[in-house]
Amino acid sequence: MRIGVITFPGSLDDRDARRAVRLAGAEPVALWHGSHDLDGVDALILPGGFSYGDYLRCGAIASLSPIMSEVTDAANKGMPVLGICNGFQMLTEAHLLEGGLIRNDHGSFICRDQVLRVENASTDWTSGFEPGREITIPLKNGEGGFIASEETLDRLEGEGRVVFRYVDVNPNGSLRDIAGITNERGNVVGLMPHPEHAVEPGFGPDTAAAMRSGVDGLGFFTSVVRRGLVEA
Amino acid sequence: MPTIVVDVMPKAELLDPQGKAVAGALARTGHTGFTGVRIGKRFELTVDGPVDDELRAGVKQIAEEILSNSVTEDIVGIHYVESNVELAEESLEAAAEHPDEGYVAPAGETH
Repeated sequence: MRIGVITFPGSLDDRDARRAVRLAGAEPVALWHGSHDLDGVDALILPGGFSYGDYLRCGAIASLSPIMSEVTDAANKGMPVLGICNGFQMLTEAHLLEGGLIRNDHGSFICRDQVLRVENASTDWTSGFEPGREITIPLKNGEGGFIASEETLDRLEGEGRVVFRYVDVNPNGSLRDIAGITNERGNVVGLMPHPEHAVEPGFGPDTAAAMRSGVDGLGFFTSVVRRGLVEA
Repeated sequence: MPTIVVDVMPKAELLDPQGKAVAGALARTGHTGFTGVRIGKRFELTVDGPVDDELRAGVKQIAEEILSNSVTEDIVGIHYVESNVELAEESLEAAAEHPDEGYVAPAGETH
């Protein structure tokens, strides 16, 4: 399976995402925002960072990149697409996911190992998790407050499209503790925390067993790889 | 040069952490009496040609689809005025003509 990771001007976590893809057993493919070519990949990741310096609105200018027309077409045809942090912001700006992300309610950038509950374990990126499982992955953002109208929030909840919820601490004022959501089809997932930073022992969050041994993020990438193998 | 000004504000019902921080600074420096501060954005689009209906329709579309995000923001005004740069230049010229009157900031001054 080949998974494309798109680099935008100001992307930071594209290399970590490619490494996570490799550790999950797939082939990472570096893609460029200015191209119209997805290089025949089977899935896509929009990585974290500060594309265009967060000018205009986070992810707004990147969502107008040349490659985004191909991303939108592919997503609408069912290709798995994961947006992490700035990538999540791009997916909302591109109208592939609902709602929006605003500045953290406390006004500060936050970086912490964050506990999330997997609320929907049937998306392309979460099918390897047990429903309700709690995972710990890093969170780092300044504008991660998820908002949407009450009607949209009710609909997302009613349709099981809240994929992750913050546990113990709501780090950014996200409404209803929402950390990540999916589209109707379950192939497009966006979340603010960073699974690609918790994929390799020695470099992840601390666990009860050992320092930096947390690899809860790996399940995102193995979920989509397994799905690809089943379908192939 | 015709200038189109688009004003965008965070939705009224949303917390505006930037405005809240400024309000805190005002209170700390003894500037009491302000019950709130909200921070928005002002876009100045300049064109060479005439401002006609086609251009106005285009500006409305750009304002709604690119300059603002309807989930988080409201467009509170689209108007056609002089730019801040032009206002600032006029102000400097006026100050040069009447050096004794001191500096009077124009309405559009922002710095």
